[in-house]
Amino acid sequence: MRTGKFRCFPKDLAMVAWFFTSSKTLGPVVRSRQTPASSNVAPADGRFPPLATGRAAFLWLSLAISPVLCGAAFAQTPQAPDTIEARVRACAPCHGEQGQGTDNDYFPRLAGKPAGYLKNQLVAFRNGRRRYAPMNYLLEYQTEAYLQKIAEYFSALRPPPASPAVPDVSAIVLARGKTLITDGDQAKGVPACSGCHGPKLTGMEPGIPGLVGLRASYISGQLGAFRYGTRTAAAPDCMQLVAASLTESDVTAVAAYLAAQPVPADPSPVPQGTLAMPFACGSEPH
Amino acid sequence: MGIDRLISWLRAAAVLLVGLGLPAVAAAADDQALIAKGEYLAKAGDCIACHTNPGDALFAGGRALPTPFGTIYSSNVTPDPATGIGKWSADDFYKTMHEGRFPDGGLLYPVMPYASYTKVTRADSDAIFAYLRSVPAVNRPNRPNDFQFPYDNRQLILGWRTLYFNEGEYQPDATKSAEWNRGAYLVGGLGHCAMCHSPINALGGSPESKAFQGGLIPMQNWYAPSLTSNKEAGLGEWSLDEIVGLLRNGVSHRGAVYGPMAEVTFNSLQYLSDADVRAMAIYLKSLAEGSPPGPESSGVSSSESSLLMSLGQTVYQARCAVCHASDGRGMPPNYPPLAGNPSIQMESAVNPIRMVLNGGFPPGTAGNPEPYGMPPFAQTLSDDEIAAVVTYIRAAWGNRGSAISASQANELRKVPLD
Repeated sequence: MRTGKFRCFPKDLAMVAWFFTSSKTLGPVVRSRQTPASSNVAPADGRFPPLATGRAAFLWLSLAISPVLCGAAFAQTPQAPDTIEARVRACAPCHGEQGQGTDNDYFPRLAGKPAGYLKNQLVAFRNGRRRYAPMNYLLEYQTEAYLQKIAEYFSALRPPPASPAVPDVSAIVLARGKTLITDGDQAKGVPACSGCHGPKLTGMEPGIPGLVGLRASYISGQLGAFRYGTRTAAAPDCMQLVAASLTESDVTAVAAYLAAQPVPADPSPVPQGTLAMPFACGSEPH
Repeated sequence: MGIDRLISWLRAAAVLLVGLGLPAVAAAADDQALIAKGEYLAKAGDCIACHTNPGDALFAGGRALPTPFGTIYSSNVTPDPATGIGKWSADDFYKTMHEGRFPDGGLLYPVMPYASYTKVTRADSDAIFAYLRSVPAVNRPNRPNDFQFPYDNRQLILGWRTLYFNEGEYQPDATKSAEWNRGAYLVGGLGHCAMCHSPINALGGSPESKAFQGGLIPMQNWYAPSLTSNKEAGLGEWSLDEIVGLLRNGVSHRGAVYGPMAEVTFNSLQYLSDADVRAMAIYLKSLAEGSPPGPESSGVSSSESSLLMSLGQTVYQARCAVCHASDGRGMPPNYPPLAGNPSIQMESAVNPIRMVLNGGFPPGTAGNPEPYGMPPFAQTLSDDEIAAVVTYIRAAWGNRGSAISASQANELRKVPLD
């Protein structure tokens, strides 16, 4: 058993015990302690005298409990906590200790998004269908079962909501953003975001993410990624169609409006099937 | 009467069927055993790493393999007759593995590790071929290689072969144990460990005399440590259990696999039998045994240490100590120890710098299905801070690595991650 500097050698301890209790070495020790008074209690059948028996018992007992002592030493060596939190500590510097996101504009909040959505993203990063080199690299050799567990962990977190951004665009742009979110743009074939992402924009189980609690840079970055193919989803890739129909100014308006919305008290996604989606989406089972 | 005749006829038919069927059943079972053996050996050879795009059809090829001479695309090795190896014979396949030649005699670029695979026995080659014949055929034409002049001329390979290719199956060393020989066969043959762990010169070759002495992996910018020196991979000082644990599970009490080695454990080593991994460990341990322990000296001068080491210690305590502990002992096996870890003290500081920049998770394996990860710090630490903290871990706690500069850290920021 190895415990950093601690080493336990049951074999060596056994040798010591054998040495002290074997009759060859025991003999003289026992004899020297024998007094004429006690000599008559020494058994005639060659068994160990009481003192020797006691010593042997002590030594063999030491050996018996040595794994326990070694175990105690092992326990003193700090161990990584056997928790999912400790395993995914690697995510915290960018996504926050509670998956709430960080000050960095480009790293999204993960907490509370549907587990199915998060799992899809983790698998997409692993397989390269969503491109972001640091994430592709980190997930390259992880199993789907583990990615599922990581997704469930972040999905269940409910950190306090971050305060929404103060918009740095005009009221007209914000109004355009709101229109696209709630009504879409029929002329361009753009459906309302809320038609799939929910009336409170907190997403729908299992595959559609919430859009609140994200920064404008991240949202516009993702719409661009859908448009140019560095972020793809299972066919039919509905977001590719939507993003391709938006102009640059539409993207700015949607991102600014979304980033300015507060996260509702209950950020949970609506249950599967709650919304009649305007068109088919490969990530959301019907 | 009619019934009796029918029964006796049926009985005769049954006897006939059994008589005809048994050899076929036995042959099918033999085939299955051969295919299963081939699948195992294909894992030992890590064929999937190059011949399959992640998340794509098995062995359909097309994976881009960047080299200093241009980009080569791996071949479709599914049994599709038009675009794969469906028309190949077992002889053709052996010729490729053993001689590095296509069935028509054309030369393979040595990106295909036939310098190692040449050591594979005919029987093992046949098993792998039987397995490849059994996977679903995929019709996908091979993508032409993107080599620039003069490297697009395959005749240049003749020169490379003259210098660096020694054709021949593995010859057991009668003075060594069967386990050692099995390990040497796997490490030197299918495992093709020399592709990364031997130094590669400007001609893309690695001389036999420098086998397993470590080197920078071209294009990937990871340093594959020497397997012959305890100053680098240090396996001569590890226990067999630690080496087996590292290779199969990806983690051990001494350290974890990372960078390109994570791929090897994920796709190949985790599937090998305990006996085979142990044999590899015995061979690997013997390669390094007798070499002097640990790095020779620390190159960090006192003037450098006052600046770099104090900033490094500050960064370390703020960012690293929570897992790797203030005394650098880590919480093995999940948070690897840094004190006394040769992997971070090697002359080449590429690996510790990249670990700090890029972070990483050990591979998810049967023995360690939910690995603990390390965050990337490229986003949060400056070049100066990275230089300082890497210098600190290379020289603190009795470690004896040299100092690194901010420009070294900056260079490695640019390295593509895929």
